Amino acid sequence: MARIEAGKLPVVRQLRQSVGLQRGMLVAGLVLTGLFVLVAALAPVLAPYGHSQLRDAAGPFGAQEPPSGRHLLGTTVGGYDVLSRVIFGAQTALLVVIASILASIVLGVALGLLSGYFGGWLDRVLVLVADAIYAFPSLLLAILGAIVISGGQSSLASGVGATALSITVVFVPQYLRVVRVEVLRVKGEAFVDAARVIGTGSWRIMTRHVLRNAVRTLPLIVTLNASEAILTLAGLGFLGFGIEPTAAAEWGYDLQRSIADVTSGIWWTALFPGLAIVVVALGMTLVGESLNDLADPRLRTRVRAASASTSPSTVAEDAR
Amino acid sequence: MRFLLIIPTVFILVTTVFVLMRATGDPITAALGGRLTPDQLAERIHAAGYDRPILVQYVDYLGAVARGDFGTTLSDNRPVTQVLVTYGSATLELAVYAVIVAIVLGVPLGMLAAYFRDRWPDAVLRILAIFAYATPVFFAGLLLKLVFAVGLGWLPVAGRVSTDGEIAMQQAHATSGFMLVDAIRTGQPWVVVDVLQHAALPATALGLLTAGVFLRLVRTNMIGTLGREYVDAARSRGVRERRLVTAHAWRPALIPIITVVGLQVAMLLVGAVLTETTFEWRGLGFQLAQYLQARDFVAVQGIVALMAVVVAVTNFLVDIVAALVDPRVRY
Repeated sequence: MARIEAGKLPVVRQLRQSVGLQRGMLVAGLVLTGLFVLVAALAPVLAPYGHSQLRDAAGPFGAQEPPSGRHLLGTTVGGYDVLSRVIFGAQTALLVVIASILASIVLGVALGLLSGYFGGWLDRVLVLVADAIYAFPSLLLAILGAIVISGGQSSLASGVGATALSITVVFVPQYLRVVRVEVLRVKGEAFVDAARVIGTGSWRIMTRHVLRNAVRTLPLIVTLNASEAILTLAGLGFLGFGIEPTAAAEWGYDLQRSIADVTSGIWWTALFPGLAIVVVALGMTLVGESLNDLADPRLRTRVRAASASTSPSTVAEDAR
Repeated sequence: MRFLLIIPTVFILVTTVFVLMRATGDPITAALGGRLTPDQLAERIHAAGYDRPILVQYVDYLGAVARGDFGTTLSDNRPVTQVLVTYGSATLELAVYAVIVAIVLGVPLGMLAAYFRDRWPDAVLRILAIFAYATPVFFAGLLLKLVFAVGLGWLPVAGRVSTDGEIAMQQAHATSGFMLVDAIRTGQPWVVVDVLQHAALPATALGLLTAGVFLRLVRTNMIGTLGREYVDAARSRGVRERRLVTAHAWRPALIPIITVVGLQVAMLLVGAVLTETTFEWRGLGFQLAQYLQARDFVAVQGIVALMAVVVAVTNFLVDIVAALVDPRVRY
């Protein structure tokens, strides 16, 4: 418990702890992720043109122009500058990742707390639904979410919001399950009983005593989910369920538009947005993987036990 | 008890899909909203029964699904069940190819990584596995296409079979939907080669993604079993290293692997949707993307519900297989 308290800044602690390859992976991941955040934040400064700009003072850009001095990475079939769209795409991706993870944490932790703390029929229903949704193919679920929330495509603010919420639908069951298992464990400990004995209310026990101890595994899930969010966003865009090109730049959408280009040998419209996705997802996965490996061994066995024991535990509950 | 659990799961999945799809309104307005006058629209909605209370529609839908009727598509007026049967075979074929690629690549490499734990082969393999995870399957597909189909011209760009091959199949009355089976039935080797050439790139794109998952999985579980006493005991008896890995440590590691591989079916289906779109592989995923673009939500609802049920049933079967492999697990 003391070690967890000392690790107020989890990443810094684990960076010190790591050696060799693991340190290399963690550092590489942090550098790539940092680069991504930096590019996203400075997009308007870095990008030579706007994300939906079609012409400048010298005239229209033209479609499918190969890389040149004027367009370092060429132009798309729609006549946009590829470099600018790749850079602005980072902004969209970062917004979606942050929004989807924040929403998932809030919803997932709240539901997990309620489910684990109160138990009973609420718990059974939530676990059954979460298990069913957990097995649902994630991208399909996100597509359904996108249809419900925005009816398909939309502007930047609502598009990012809708996409983020669609991804949230996929993530909530994961947070619910993890938090619930932790709550069940913490609930049985002596200090919770002690709090109850001295007359502390349910709400205060949940928020003060249980919550703090139940959320410590979350940073690991968050880092792994961040890369999943990037890939889901790209998948949605690739299937035409993302954000409109005039509203914001989105890598998945650009890749979808480049399928025909690839067939005729035009490589620059596909290569660069795709590389951007790989670099960002790689960075976040490296961080997540390293943190997972470096985590306290007790913690690691518990995480694995939690995910592996889900089906037997549901069976046990059902049999009761 | 485990057996009965599949029923509520399927029920919840079908209900979730229904609720989500109908939360937006009726599918006819969604598909034809701009193109028909309000009167025509109301007439179509009434004819299809979408103006009845939602609960009545829901009970109706459940009853129809139980009979295997998923409705009729709006855009091309076909029974969804027929769409599922026609295109499902193509998706299944692609998934099987991808799993073969993934097993051939992922399992031995995972064993290798576990054996050389924390040394350079392990490092290289793990980084490759993370790359495989971080690369969207459609980008991998586009890259493969760019290099091997367009750049080098070795393999076809898209589709499942060439026109000549298709004609040969029709002449042989081989129309099972499984291209490789049909190609073999024509009895002409060039048709088989043609089909395999078309399958090579999509199978590799989807297989690489899954191979990365298999590699990590095999590695983690093998490390667990390689460290056990009985492996040391076998080594001290003079069992060869190769046999230690492939025989002694492998089987106990297999149980968690089977369980997690079952969970990968969902990922495989999602990957198939994206791969099919990339390679114009006319399967369920390609069709789903078409229906999404046409805003044909009846078809979307049917395909998504089917995929969700397939995943749930597979997970269930996987649990049974895991129980068969592991004598300690009994339901």
